[in-house]
Amino acid sequence: MGLPVFTAAEDPGPDFVGLLRRTGVSSGVPAGGAAGGEPGVGPVRHGTTVVALRYAEGVVMAGDRRATEGHAIAHRAMEKVFAADRFSAVAIAGAAGPAVEMVRLFQTQLEHYEKVEGVVLSLEGKANQLGQMVREHLPMAMQGLAVVPLFAGYDLDRQRGRIFNYDVTGGHYEETEHSATGSGGRDARTTVKLGYRVGMPRDEAVELAIEALYEAADEDSATGGPDLVRGIYPLVATVTALGFASVPETEVAERFATLIDRRRSEGRQP
Amino acid sequence: MTMPYYVAPEQVMKDRAEYAQKGIARGRSLVATTFDDGILVVAENPSRSLHKVSEIYDRIAFAGVGKYNEFDQLRVSGVRHADTKGYAYSRDDVDARSLANLYAQYLGQVFTHEMKPLEVEILVAELGTDRKPDQLYHIAYEGTITDEDRYAVLGGETQAIADRMERVWHDGWGISEATRAVVGALGGPDRVLEPKDLEVAVLARGNGRRTFRRIEDAELDSLLA
Repeated sequence: MGLPVFTAAEDPGPDFVGLLRRTGVSSGVPAGGAAGGEPGVGPVRHGTTVVALRYAEGVVMAGDRRATEGHAIAHRAMEKVFAADRFSAVAIAGAAGPAVEMVRLFQTQLEHYEKVEGVVLSLEGKANQLGQMVREHLPMAMQGLAVVPLFAGYDLDRQRGRIFNYDVTGGHYEETEHSATGSGGRDARTTVKLGYRVGMPRDEAVELAIEALYEAADEDSATGGPDLVRGIYPLVATVTALGFASVPETEVAERFATLIDRRRSEGRQP
Repeated sequence: MTMPYYVAPEQVMKDRAEYAQKGIARGRSLVATTFDDGILVVAENPSRSLHKVSEIYDRIAFAGVGKYNEFDQLRVSGVRHADTKGYAYSRDDVDARSLANLYAQYLGQVFTHEMKPLEVEILVAELGTDRKPDQLYHIAYEGTITDEDRYAVLGGETQAIADRMERVWHDGWGISEATRAVVGALGGPDRVLEPKDLEVAVLARGNGRRTFRRIEDAELDSLLA
């Protein structure tokens, strides 16, 4: 690996994917026309439900921990919620391998841009970048390896949290209040919709995200619920004006316990 | 028909070295030093946007003196190298030594093969870990590389500044003592440098994964007060 020095005309600028192509390092994102083959490459690992919602100080994002391979459980403690950079988070649903790779590339791209240019990309710029990566991935998605992320962050210019959801073509749409995606996304979305209030405080927002995942796990076989035996709980993170912060696992466990207690005391099914 | 002149290789190298040194000496100097929580870099730089000190990677910083466009190109290629390496292997595999060697090779090659040598002197600083000390790699315009574990001086009147640093430097000093001492050494006996003339940045252990941080405005004022 030599020192990557380019002439002014060939300089890739702050584009990390372009740099990888130029230096011949495989980026995991195919440059269009992925290897041929029948649609559906057999069971590969899939990650499932992720949810994001806005609250008073920013956004909260949560994801279950299960990965499936066909009808089998492939992983019980998979991470699907990541810090994209200091002020944004990305969560993934879909084929786990390419999804995790896409997150790694996305994180590197954001940091690379920041270091080369000396300024941080705007939140919308970050959302567009992720959209381009999902779009580049379309040939693989057509073969059954779709990756559908959810992106949320704190917009420092507008002083509020923002959420973007994506489809397999890389199209991205800003959600005003909340969003969920993945196989249990529908159930999670309904739960959030019923419990959501504009400008909710952090505690309630975290609890609602946990409840949404719990409901999704109840209905969808590919979504994992809280695993009390092994002590595995959903991953929850917040992004506010102070930046990305993971909600500690102990807090998630406590909130889950109070959620069940409350539902019992209200005479509802836990 | 004109005959090509013969110029002795010694003369060619001497001329090039002189040319590069002149270019570097025109600019202002820069000092990097270790302190109890990491590495401190202080540059004399009145510009707020054209930086001399920048982040390369989690624990690596870059600093350059001389011609801005030339050392900035080196900075960007360092970022590219580090990010590509960290992406292809792992974040832990990115180290300053290999980057410093690449810079040295490149500078050496340009010095001997190109029309014009680069008029720059650069520093690659790496924050150590429990198993590895802090390291400062100083690379000159012709590719000479030296490693320091206390302080490094880059730029024009380096000898005078280095002498002043030698007198004040001591192990385990804190950030505000170190900053004041370095600013004093940069300015010398006749000049007092104001915060607006300075660019200050640290690689500090307390900063999380990305250890690079600029010290600006009120924070710098309070360090120098």
